[in-house]
Amino acid sequence: MTTPELVVQDQPTSSPASGIQQVVNDFSIQIATVNGSGSQSANSVLLRSIFRMGVPVGGKNLFPSNIAGLPTWYTIRVSKNGWVARKTDIDVLIAMNAETAQQDVLSLGAGGAVIYDQSLKLDHSRADLTYYPVPFDQLAASTGAEAKIRKLVKNMVYVGVAAQLLSIDMEWVEKTVRKQFAKKVKAAELNLSAVRAGFDYAASSLTKQDPYVVEPMSATQGKIIIDGNESAAMGAMFAGVTVVTWYPITPSSSVVEDLIEYMKEYRIEPDGKASFAIVQAEDELAAIGMVLGAGWAGARSMTATSGPGISLMAEFAGLGYYAEIPGVIFDVQRTGPSTGLPTRTSQGDLTFIAGLSHGDTKHVMLIPGSVKECFEFATEAFNLAEQLQTPIFVLSDLDLGMNNWMSEPFEYPEKPIDRGKVLDAQQLKELSGFARYKDVDGDAIPYRTLPGTDHPDAAYFTRGTGHNEKAQYTERPDDYENNMQRLARKFETAKTLVPKPIVEGKGRQKVGIIAFGSSHWAVIEGRDQLERESKLGTDYLRIRAYPFTQEIHDFVAQHERVYVVEQNRDSQMLNLLKVDLDPAQVVKLRSVLHFNGLPIDARSITTVIAAQEGAVK
Amino acid sequence: MSTTPVTPQPPQPKTNRIGLQILDYRGGKTTLCAGCGHNAISERITEAFYEMGVQPERVMKMSGIGCSSKSPAYFMSRSFSFNSVHGRMPSVATGALLANKTMRSIGISGDGDTASIGMGQFVHLMRRNLPMIYIIEDNGVYGLTKGQFSATADIGSKLKSGVINDLPAIDTCALAIQMGATFVGRSFSGDKKQLSAMLKAAIAHKGTVMLDVISPCVTFNDHEGSTKSYKFMQGHEEPVAEVGFVSNFEDIAVEYDHDTTVDVQLHDGSHLRLRKLHEDYDPTDKARAMNLLMEAHANEEVLTGVFYVNTQKPDFTEMLNMVDEPLATLSPERVRPSREVLAEIMAEHG
Repeated sequence: MTTPELVVQDQPTSSPASGIQQVVNDFSIQIATVNGSGSQSANSVLLRSIFRMGVPVGGKNLFPSNIAGLPTWYTIRVSKNGWVARKTDIDVLIAMNAETAQQDVLSLGAGGAVIYDQSLKLDHSRADLTYYPVPFDQLAASTGAEAKIRKLVKNMVYVGVAAQLLSIDMEWVEKTVRKQFAKKVKAAELNLSAVRAGFDYAASSLTKQDPYVVEPMSATQGKIIIDGNESAAMGAMFAGVTVVTWYPITPSSSVVEDLIEYMKEYRIEPDGKASFAIVQAEDELAAIGMVLGAGWAGARSMTATSGPGISLMAEFAGLGYYAEIPGVIFDVQRTGPSTGLPTRTSQGDLTFIAGLSHGDTKHVMLIPGSVKECFEFATEAFNLAEQLQTPIFVLSDLDLGMNNWMSEPFEYPEKPIDRGKVLDAQQLKELSGFARYKDVDGDAIPYRTLPGTDHPDAAYFTRGTGHNEKAQYTERPDDYENNMQRLARKFETAKTLVPKPIVEGKGRQKVGIIAFGSSHWAVIEGRDQLERESKLGTDYLRIRAYPFTQEIHDFVAQHERVYVVEQNRDSQMLNLLKVDLDPAQVVKLRSVLHFNGLPIDARSITTVIAAQEGAVK
Repeated sequence: MSTTPVTPQPPQPKTNRIGLQILDYRGGKTTLCAGCGHNAISERITEAFYEMGVQPERVMKMSGIGCSSKSPAYFMSRSFSFNSVHGRMPSVATGALLANKTMRSIGISGDGDTASIGMGQFVHLMRRNLPMIYIIEDNGVYGLTKGQFSATADIGSKLKSGVINDLPAIDTCALAIQMGATFVGRSFSGDKKQLSAMLKAAIAHKGTVMLDVISPCVTFNDHEGSTKSYKFMQGHEEPVAEVGFVSNFEDIAVEYDHDTTVDVQLHDGSHLRLRKLHEDYDPTDKARAMNLLMEAHANEEVLTGVFYVNTQKPDFTEMLNMVDEPLATLSPERVRPSREVLAEIMAEHG
């Protein structure tokens, strides 16, 4: 995954009938609704219809920690250049929430358009906008929908209005609605009649006066739209996960909920039995305990959680590290500290997880930067956990996990399933004795046996207390030190196995940027802005795992100044780098931080770097 | 003519039905105090698995933290052992059994490990009816931290320092019955006969077996004024029934009186024979079992015996409808869906 391969072949040319200079395929739509009003399907139809016209899109849901009643916003970014990070400016507003409507209108840029429920009477608020009042209730009623579902149908009416005003192809809207309601023909028809009611109303009663239009492109062919949590779930299934435990927590719940659906579909054997077990645990302590119990007994096990769950898992994380037990933990990060903003995004668990638990503990972290990597790293995490015999943490975030992203289709994992160093009864017979924690191969990874292995030498005593090579209890200073040194060496071995960073740019610039995770998309757009607006060329390295590999040291050494972009307050990645880097290199590091709970945008990066580099716009 | 000297046969070591000696079931040397009730329980466990002829490699020994949780090191060294973290053994045991449901599992906990720090996981283990034996080695006191009360200490019980416990004891048996365990009983580490029969029946049962075994702490809780001392138990133990066990490989034709004895056929065909010593005793009735326990509290008796047995309720691994083989070792072809499946999912997202 590098810069988006969305080369625009032929720029769509426009002939504005109204004399307004058209803005084609480069704007944002914001839909303001009330949480629980069922707008999700409508927003999805809008997003996917534009996508199917070949135009790059990104969809982000900004929602409250609430079941129903509080405001929620969905943003669709339409970008011919393929930029899909959050864009702060909104161009087209669909105002469905009376409570926030005034404020929503004030936040628009000059020249923006407002589609709104005519009862809200918004047209006096500002003179520099185009207003499209729509009698939503009346149009929803005209579909013949029963009163109790009119609220839902209303959402489809705005899809129709937007389709007409923004020139979204109705053929694609229809196909998308039919696909979305594939199993419910009646619902599809009702929704389509609502879309048409909106479309017809706009055609007959509204006059297009704003500049924003969608024109067909061919930049999305072969691509998919998916969120990171579903991608991770899929990755786990293809990794051959067998034991899944969880305790529901936003924003990670859909990892397991989607996984349950996939496993029911694809992992039930012909005799109707499951090649897996999924357990909703009593809390995160139990969830991670089950993961380690299962990993110890030989299953590929996982759990998914978010910050508060990670806090609870700290004790077991140390046991997993010290007793050397495989397991995979997905952390879909949200803002902390404490309960924080449960429905907002963050990259704030980094330093905590790096050393999660008391004593000298170190953990391997995989940090996907795209939905495709959520899939790939999920698959890889299970191999790494068993190869390294340790818990592997996969750090996604709410933005990546719960929002809609375009992606190349995922590739089938070519790497075979690697169960690591496990001795069976036959191998034990050939060996003269088995020592669970002995470094036989010089890579600091010992051999293990699974419960049930039919050989008198197979059993060993797993413990979180001090142990020697034979897993026997010990308080001897040299036993303790030797074991801890071996664990440190095992962490070095991990460097040879984790995904390497990805470098973009020719490596000849003075300024380097380091980022990771979902920040990637804002960084690539930011680099383009710096180049175009300030003639400031940059090189870019994206970290994909911890422990850090040599490429990261080299990258910092090759640049005069390196900006570390991250979505937390305390420069967590920069601080982890500080520990690893040569002191002469550390002074080159600078922070670009974004931590207000919203996904990072390109402008936030560009502004800071341009200012610090003295680059003029 | 040659003579064949008659050489005396060396005595054959005694073996069980799978040809193993008691030595094959022994553990490491105990590091607990001399006279600790836990050591007697380890002995009984060793004998029970030997007598039942269970292959030691087919057993997982699980524990949390505390004196009790150390004891899996002192029996059955050929079994796989996991000494986890304080109060969290139930979750680890659950995961291990999900990974390999063909294994047998025995968990050793203590009163602190279960009734205080581990209460959350304990009740959920009972609720799931996970097929394992869960033993609380119950002495009412924290040993490794030198003698603080635990939550099973009786009201009015006295510490060595003279401190009186003024909070009610948690009855782990009542709790286990209420939460869904399917074999619940209490015994005493000093009652060899009863404990042995209960352990063998526990091995034959499929579902959660919860045994609270009063196991006096000779160092911190065996003095005058303690309700968990050897002396107190000798004076207050009140068996609800005499526990008899007839294994599936023994002759079960032994006659018994149907009026006074409850016969329960366990999952492996063994029989639990419970000769009533208490008028209201009915181990198949949850409400009556609870009632007996409540009355005993009021009378300051320590009821022992099997309080409740239910052989009908499905255990957790059955409820999950897993394949017959252990999940842990399924072949890659059975756990990684095909290329066609991925292509199908990708098409749905296009």
